[in-house]
Formats: sequence, C-alpha cells, structure tokens
Amino acid sequence: MTGGVLGAMRAVFVRELLVFWRRSTEIMAGLVFFLIVTTLFPLAIGPERRELMLVAPGVLWVAALLATTLSLNHLFASDYQDGSLEQLLMSPYPLSAMVLAKIAAHWVLTGLPLALLSPLLAIQMALPTKAIGTLVGSLLMGTPTLTLIGAIPAALTLGVRGGGVLVSLLVLPLYTPVLIFGAEAVAASAGQGFASVAHLSLLGAFLALALSFAPWASSAALRVSLD
Amino acid sequence: MGKFSRLACVTRLIKLIHKYGAPKRFYELAGTLTPWFASLTTLLFVSGLYLGLYWAPPDYQQGNAYRIMFVHVPNAWMSMMAYVAMALFAATGYIWNVRLADILAKATAPLGASFTLTALVTGSLWGKPMWGTYWVWDARLTSELVLFFLYVGYMALQASIDDPRRAAHASAILAIVGVVNVPIIHYSVYWWHTLHQPASLTLTSQPKIYITMLIPLIIMSLGFMFFYLTMLCVRTRSEILWRERRTDWVRKLVESRS
Repeated sequence: MTGGVLGAMRAVFVRELLVFWRRSTEIMAGLVFFLIVTTLFPLAIGPERRELMLVAPGVLWVAALLATTLSLNHLFASDYQDGSLEQLLMSPYPLSAMVLAKIAAHWVLTGLPLALLSPLLAIQMALPTKAIGTLVGSLLMGTPTLTLIGAIPAALTLGVRGGGVLVSLLVLPLYTPVLIFGAEAVAASAGQGFASVAHLSLLGAFLALALSFAPWASSAALRVSLD
Repeated sequence: MGKFSRLACVTRLIKLIHKYGAPKRFYELAGTLTPWFASLTTLLFVSGLYLGLYWAPPDYQQGNAYRIMFVHVPNAWMSMMAYVAMALFAATGYIWNVRLADILAKATAPLGASFTLTALVTGSLWGKPMWGTYWVWDARLTSELVLFFLYVGYMALQASIDDPRRAAHASAILAIVGVVNVPIIHYSVYWWHTLHQPASLTLTSQPKIYITMLIPLIIMSLGFMFFYLTMLCVRTRSEILWRERRTDWVRKLVESRS
C-alpha cells in the first residue's frame, strides 16, 4: 500500500493499459471506424476539393465523436462481466478516483490515437494545412471530455438489454456542445469565421467541468448498476 | 438552539413527506385532486382559446398566423419546466429514497416529451408562413430538439431496466447530468446559431407584446400547467396501482370496483 490514492490510481491506470493493450483489436476497431467513416464522405459528396474543404471540420469531428461513442462499450463491460469491477468498488480508495484512472487509460488508447491519426484524414478531406494544428488540438481537448461524459451512460447501462445502442442514444445529445465548439474551432482556423482561441478555451472549460463532475457521477452510476 | 429548531423543522418535513408520500395516501390525495385540476384545465383552455382566437387582434405583420403562439409558447415553456421538475423529483427519489418521487419523475417524462414534441411541431408549422419552410435550424427549435432527445434517452433507460428501484436510480443520475447539461447545450446552440445565421428572424423577436395578446398567453400557460398536474395525477395513480398490485389495499380496491 505505497502511495495511498495516487498509488492506487497509478495501479489501476497501468492495469487498464495492459488489459486494453492485450485486446488491441478493440483499439484498432475504433481507429479503423474513424478512417472508414471519413472515407465514406468523399464517396457520398464527390471528390470536389472545395466542397470537401467546407464540410471537412464537421465530418472529421462527427467521425471522431462516433468512434469515441463506439469504444465506450468497452470501458466497463468486460470488468463488469469478470467481476473485477466489484473488487474496485470494495477497495478502500474513493471510487471516483479509480474511475478517473480507468477513463484516463481508456482515453490514452482510444482518444489519443484518434487525435494523432487525424492529420492524415485532414489531408484526405482537403482541410487547409493551417487548420491541422487546431484540429489536433481540439481533438486532444475534446475527446477526453467525450470519454468522461460517456463514462456515465456506459456505467448506467451495464448489464442492461440493448446496452450498446442505448449508450449512443443517451450520450449523443450530451455531446452537442463539444461537437459545436470542436468543429467550429477547426472551421474558424480554416478561415471561415473568428479566431479559434475562443472555441478552444471553451473546449478547455468543458474539459475542466467534465473532469470535476463526470468521475463522481459515473462512480454513483456504477454503484447503482452493481447494487 | 437554532440548530435544534432547524432539525425539528426537517423532521416535521420528512414526517409530512412520509405521511403523504406513502403510495396509498398519495393515491387517495391525487384521486381527490384530479377532478379539480381537470375542471380548472378545461376552464382555462376554453377561456384562453376564446380570448386567443377571437378576442385578440391579428398581428400587424403576421396576420392570424401568430395565433399558434398561444399553443406553441406554453408548450415550449412547459417542456423545459417539466425537465427541471423531472430532475428534481428524480433527485429527491435518489437522495432520500422516496419511492413516490421516483414514480412522479417517471410519470413526468412522457408528459415532458409530449410538450417538447408539440412545441416542435407547432414551431415548424408556424415556421412555414414565417420562414417559408417547415424547418429552419433556428436556435430555439434546435435546442428544443436536443431536449426531446434527452427525454427519449431518459424514457429508453427507464424502459430497459426491469428492477424499478435500479431503473429509478439510474435514470435519476441521467436526469441530474441532463439538467446540468441543458443550459450548456442551450447556450452552445445559441452561439452556434448566431455564428452561422446572424440575420434570421426569431419567433418572438417582437420588441413588446400587447396586453391583448399577453392575457390569452398567460391563461393558456396556466392551462397547460394545470393540464400537466392533471395528467401527472392520473399517470402517478396508475403507476402506483401497478407497483402495489400485490398489496392488500389494491386487491380490496379492485374487488370493491368489480
């Protein structure tokens, strides 16, 4: 028991990374989904660069948002099935801290690769080069917020029939503010509006709010689901 | 001393909640209240519609088309108020374990969703003469649409969990998260809207509303509020009967009716 809460958080974080890493197909599935969805849009809209450029910020952000939503099902489900979630509940440390560590590990293996892959897709979607930095930055700030908010419905729907679709139904309305300011930031720096600093700082504000609120709410949700 | 009297106050409140919060007592109370609420609703609707459709003058710009406002605006107000009421009921049920509050929250959700849907439909019908099209991504309509999705999610979560206690607590957390998010979503949509369509006409952009239009609007709003209370009583009563179907008093009630 070295290090108290922080030590326990680190242990959970490392364990999650290891477990997720060994089931790497799930990580890859989210990334490939992101790739394929973005590829579908030029096929549907047409290869015209000017048109692609107009829709690129929205398409990239919606695809990233859907990929994050898709990966939410893996956040607690397997730990719920094999009973390790109950062990976590019985630990002497605050559950919200443990949940935060889990969410952080989950983001490192889903949201972070998504943000790092996005420049490639941005070039595909004819996004101006000057906006690529903003795209990566907005995804780096936006995707952790998405994972944090998404952890709440993911915890609420544990062991519920139709869980996967239900999670998307519950979480997508809550994602609207992040989507608005994320896509707006990219569009702004692509030269279609105001400077992107305001949008990025609002994304930062959402992240701060989600960081303080979501772990608490999702640990309450876990307690309800495992009652 | 002050602490003790405050404690006594809270104890009395909890006693009161437990007295009328017992499902059987509330069933009887709601049964007495329903006809009163229902007749008040009818009275307000009849007088509000009469004043709104005949007495109020036509608008100098919108003609008679504006009269849909007397249904649209109260529904839009009620859709938001019902969400807050639902979250408050749900939070009460979750924090203090009051079963009646769980039932009230569950009964509110479909009512709120129907207010939202009515506001959306009347809004787009009003949009046809005003904007020339049924749907515009107007900030009010868009945030109302997101609110509708939140209601649908709440009801879907309620419906997919069989255990009533877990269903109530899980959806209570969702409602609390939702009520924190509603203002954020609302203002995000407003900002998004002003960025994209700065010159569009909003539904209630008139600088002031005439007293002859305001009176029917207030009467109709009160009418919809009492309509909500009436339906809340009816829905709560049937939900109580369903949940208590194995108890003696429900069995006796059914036997005395048949």
